[in-house]
Amino acid sequence: MSHHRVEIKDLVFTYPDGTQALKGVSLSVAHGECVAIIGGNGAGKSTLLQHLNGYLMPTSGEVRVGDFALTRETAKAIRRSVGMVFQDPDDQLFMPTVFEDVVFGPLNLGLSPQESEKRAAEALERVGMSHLRERPPYKLSAGEKRAVAIATALAGLPDVLVMDEPSSNLDPRGRRRLIELLKSFEHTRMIATHDLEMVVEICPRVIVLDHGKVVLEGATHEILGDEALMLSHGLEKPHSLKHHHPH
Amino acid sequence: MHDEQNQGYSRDVSVELRHYMEMGRMDEMGRMDSPVHRLDARAQIVTTFGFILMVMSFSRFEVAALMPMFLYPAILMVMGGISAGYLFRKIAIAAPFALLVGAFNPWLDRHVEGMVGAYPLTGGWLSFISIMLRFFLTVSAAIILVTCTGIHRLCAGGARLGMPRVFVVQLMFLYRYFFVIGDEGVRMMRGVEMRSAGLRAPGFGTYGMLVGQLLLRAMERAQRIYRAMVARGFEGEIHVLRQARWGWRETCFVMGWLTFFLGARYWNVPVLLGNWFAGGAG
Repeated sequence: MSHHRVEIKDLVFTYPDGTQALKGVSLSVAHGECVAIIGGNGAGKSTLLQHLNGYLMPTSGEVRVGDFALTRETAKAIRRSVGMVFQDPDDQLFMPTVFEDVVFGPLNLGLSPQESEKRAAEALERVGMSHLRERPPYKLSAGEKRAVAIATALAGLPDVLVMDEPSSNLDPRGRRRLIELLKSFEHTRMIATHDLEMVVEICPRVIVLDHGKVVLEGATHEILGDEALMLSHGLEKPHSLKHHHPH
Repeated sequence: MHDEQNQGYSRDVSVELRHYMEMGRMDEMGRMDSPVHRLDARAQIVTTFGFILMVMSFSRFEVAALMPMFLYPAILMVMGGISAGYLFRKIAIAAPFALLVGAFNPWLDRHVEGMVGAYPLTGGWLSFISIMLRFFLTVSAAIILVTCTGIHRLCAGGARLGMPRVFVVQLMFLYRYFFVIGDEGVRMMRGVEMRSAGLRAPGFGTYGMLVGQLLLRAMERAQRIYRAMVARGFEGEIHVLRQARWGWRETCFVMGWLTFFLGARYWNVPVLLGNWFAGGAG
């Protein structure tokens, strides 16, 4: 199956103020794969993710999601197949109740109210938040907000899930639940994060960005386990991969 | 002393917080269940507009004839479960504008229209009272409308009544971004408070910069929200899950009230009642 692939070739993006955030990024993510995008602040992670649903258009280069190359015309179709989870759930949740927020996506896709409701209920069930459906989103805890934000993305039945810092601001239990949830998905997943321990647990492959370029790419244990390499890109070797003395 | 000043400042911030929470409460009240809340939003919009038009059409010296109009907000307030305190607090926010509009009338128009006991009542005072009454009536009707429908149902109802989509979406965003700006504002005030070392208030210069910052931050945030909406297929149209249905209750509500408003507009009910009682007594 080729249609859940993400393919990026020589992607360059320059912001209107002249800042070149991406300087020729190439990468590909296979169907059903879970890939972490890591890199220090300002490495270009968020800019990269914003191309995946056509919010930003490449200055040059190509972005392909499934069967479509990203252009203004295909952006709509691409948005249907990509579920985005933003860094701050408060930006993502804007309707008066949790359920209305989750049903917002399916209704926009033109589904009937019955079908939309069914999808929204399933998505909430999937993230274990059905009991919150009538609550206003701004009254939820950070962990609940994050789960609901993921449900809003799931309700569109995306093929690809793109997440920006999904574990930020979560307490240890909330983070643990998130990790288990992300592990259980079968979507093609791209996760931008600084939470390297989480990467070790859920992503077999990592892509390291630095100064707008892909500097490393490969198996998580190999790349994250190389302390010198990690430090040279403003990162750190995760504790779980440090050498353990036998007792 | 130091502590006291600090507390003074905290109070300012908490007042802002309270206003902010109050708006959230308005939203919550829109989701309550009452006979009024169950009405199709369109019925409420039409009736409210009818009411406002009628109230505005009374002549500018009219006071007594306006009295029956108070029935509408009073009955809706009771049926909709809105507390008087809540309504008065909301009206008080807008009151200075009405006061400003009417404040000069008593000085400008000193023509004596009648006597209240031994005191002459000038046209200026009469129109001032009329303006204040009308302000009270129309604003309370509008507040009841928003409180009993909630902004989302209100917008959906407006759209179905043929309100241009651009306005509907604008209204929704205005409302949504109000919270966004409130949020940013509260955070910034907290930051200022923490670093102002017990000074009671920052100077004007600081405030100027804060306002600029607030605007920039709110714009950035608004953009992120928009991005999230676009990501979920938003194309300028707000879809509503349950379309309210127009039934006989809506027809009765609208027709009943509009008839009442028209009746109260063309016959001076208090005078009629007075005559009737006077006639009965005689």
